[in-house]
Amino acid sequence: MFYREAGDFKTSYVEDGQTFPIKFDRYRYYAVLIAAFAVVPFIINDYWVNAVFLPFLIYSIAAIGLNILVGYCGQVSLGTGGFMAVGAYACYKLMTAFPEVNIFFHVICAGGITAGVCVLFGLPSLRIKGFYLAVATLAAQFFLVWMFNRVSWFYNYSASGQINAPERTVFGTAVTGAETAPWAAYLFCLVFTVACAILARNLTRGMAGRKWMAIRDMDIAAEIIGVNPLRAKLSAFGISGFFVGIAGALFFAVYLGAVEVGEAFGITKSFLVLFMVIIGGLGSIFGSFAGAAFLVLLPVLLKNLLVGTLGWPTDLAAHLEFMIVGGLIVIFLIAEPHGLAQLWRVAKEKLRLWPFPH
Amino acid sequence: MPEQFVWGMEVFLNGLMAGVLYALVALGFVLIYKASGIFNYAQGVMALFAALTLVGIMEGQVPFSHLINAVLGTEIHHFGWHVPAVLAILFTMAVMVLLAWAVNQFVFRHLVNQEPIILFMATIGLAYFLEGFGDMMWGSDIKNLDVGLPQGINTSIDEFTYQIFDYGFFIDNLDLFATAIAAALVFSLVVFAQYSKQGRAMRAVADDHQAALSVGISLNFIWVMVWSLAGFVALVAGIMWGTKSGVQFSLSLIALKALPVLMLGGFTSIPGAIVGGLIIGVGEKLFEFSFGQMLGGATENWFAYVLALIFLVFRPQGLFGEKIIERV
Repeated sequence: MFYREAGDFKTSYVEDGQTFPIKFDRYRYYAVLIAAFAVVPFIINDYWVNAVFLPFLIYSIAAIGLNILVGYCGQVSLGTGGFMAVGAYACYKLMTAFPEVNIFFHVICAGGITAGVCVLFGLPSLRIKGFYLAVATLAAQFFLVWMFNRVSWFYNYSASGQINAPERTVFGTAVTGAETAPWAAYLFCLVFTVACAILARNLTRGMAGRKWMAIRDMDIAAEIIGVNPLRAKLSAFGISGFFVGIAGALFFAVYLGAVEVGEAFGITKSFLVLFMVIIGGLGSIFGSFAGAAFLVLLPVLLKNLLVGTLGWPTDLAAHLEFMIVGGLIVIFLIAEPHGLAQLWRVAKEKLRLWPFPH
Repeated sequence: MPEQFVWGMEVFLNGLMAGVLYALVALGFVLIYKASGIFNYAQGVMALFAALTLVGIMEGQVPFSHLINAVLGTEIHHFGWHVPAVLAILFTMAVMVLLAWAVNQFVFRHLVNQEPIILFMATIGLAYFLEGFGDMMWGSDIKNLDVGLPQGINTSIDEFTYQIFDYGFFIDNLDLFATAIAAALVFSLVVFAQYSKQGRAMRAVADDHQAALSVGISLNFIWVMVWSLAGFVALVAGIMWGTKSGVQFSLSLIALKALPVLMLGGFTSIPGAIVGGLIIGVGEKLFEFSFGQMLGGATENWFAYVLALIFLVFRPQGLFGEKIIERV
């Protein structure tokens, strides 16, 4: 009844080509935006921001980036953690080298630098395919983490080997450092998340996205119909790197504040983001959000339930969490290989016919 | 004889030994990949799980004691007996076969005909599950594994080389032993695959699932068998690595060491796993020896990957892998 094209007449090309052509979708999207910008900042406190909202927003950006590479272009990457580290360290170097520039530009430049590094490590994808490529991207993961650990120029020769985010402000309000108000950090990340999601959505609808999908479905056939695999694959690596770099920069500067590279950007981070993409749904922007929300909320819920309510020791809860995450991934792959996004699609189809399914 | 050269030779020999241990893990990958097309990321965790189970049985630990204590408020830890190593290894093998059956029954039977990447993700999920399961069953503290393998410096090699080069080589007995075991394992696997009825069936399944099915080979049986074999290899690898550095979480990371070995040797070749392991082992030790100081140390973390990556650019299917033929 609500969700249908019928009766929604488009009278111009602009209307016809808009991001959400169905009215219901569009209004839902506006409602979510209004809630996120105008309601949530007034009601959240420190715990909610640090435990749920910041990781959710930041992982969403990373998941969108990885989804472009894995879900749309079909190039499996296990180097996300390493690329996030590039974003974080680029942001740190820029923040300390140009303190007078707004941090907004630092984060975007960090994304750009990560895109460059990502393209560099994407070059072998022109020769290597499938699993061999997945394993090859691990080279990026290990090499980058090692480099940030060993080359002291990256952490400004600090004795601890850590990087700490100095305080930076946007419009006079601190967004990094110890003095940050929860709502400021939240809004800062939200702006990036929304911008990235809009950008990704439109890229994947357009020519670039169609080329990526052609490469994903069969690269030789795509080459024959005129898609340049060099450009398509490297642009996917570059754009994916841009998003992942932004996520890494925010993860370091806004969320953690201080980072030790092996701990924050290790191989487990690569897998975590990959799981988000898989559970959310390969090749879906909404899926990236759903996957990120799922894997951010699950540990919080489990911890509250097991440690808080049942009074189990924390290490036991951590083991159970491992089992549940692993089991859920397997169950998802068996029951719904296309992830949460597919469930959403099915629900929308049902909604389209409701309440007269015949 | 110049000192540098002699040191280099010692590093080379130790690299060979380390390479054999990598190859041991890589073998498990190749077995499963050949027979079912599944790239089993969980191989390293299986080694950890096997080692944990072995220690647990030998020490007479109560499985899930931590969980039981937390839920029921009891204080149980050990049964109070010690099981001899040989018996414990047999028990552990039974557990690994059971695991193989469960993995096939509950996971991969439902994923037949899925894309390889989906299967790969499933094994990552499995790895997470097993990691949590193993820790929950046996506890996550670092354990010592001692099944009576020889350890420490091999004195006869030390004396022998001292007479020739005036410098005694440090070579661990355990590494020598592992080399012998790995060689025996590879030999018996090849014989098994070539000459036994089940081995022949396994190769048929690897060649073509449907054709194998149509001549009356039970796919389920072969898959369970292959996963059990991989479990056995994991057990051997777990014993070797566990004796060397204790049974702990980092044991599961040896899977990550085995991946470049696989890339180099090719995913489908048993000799490739051995040769790849040796190249990686020697390569990373020699690289660390000659350039490690200059670059700031710990190059072993990434050298294997970068070597494999560069190598693959020139030969995308690895050293001994089947040539990748693509058709539209």
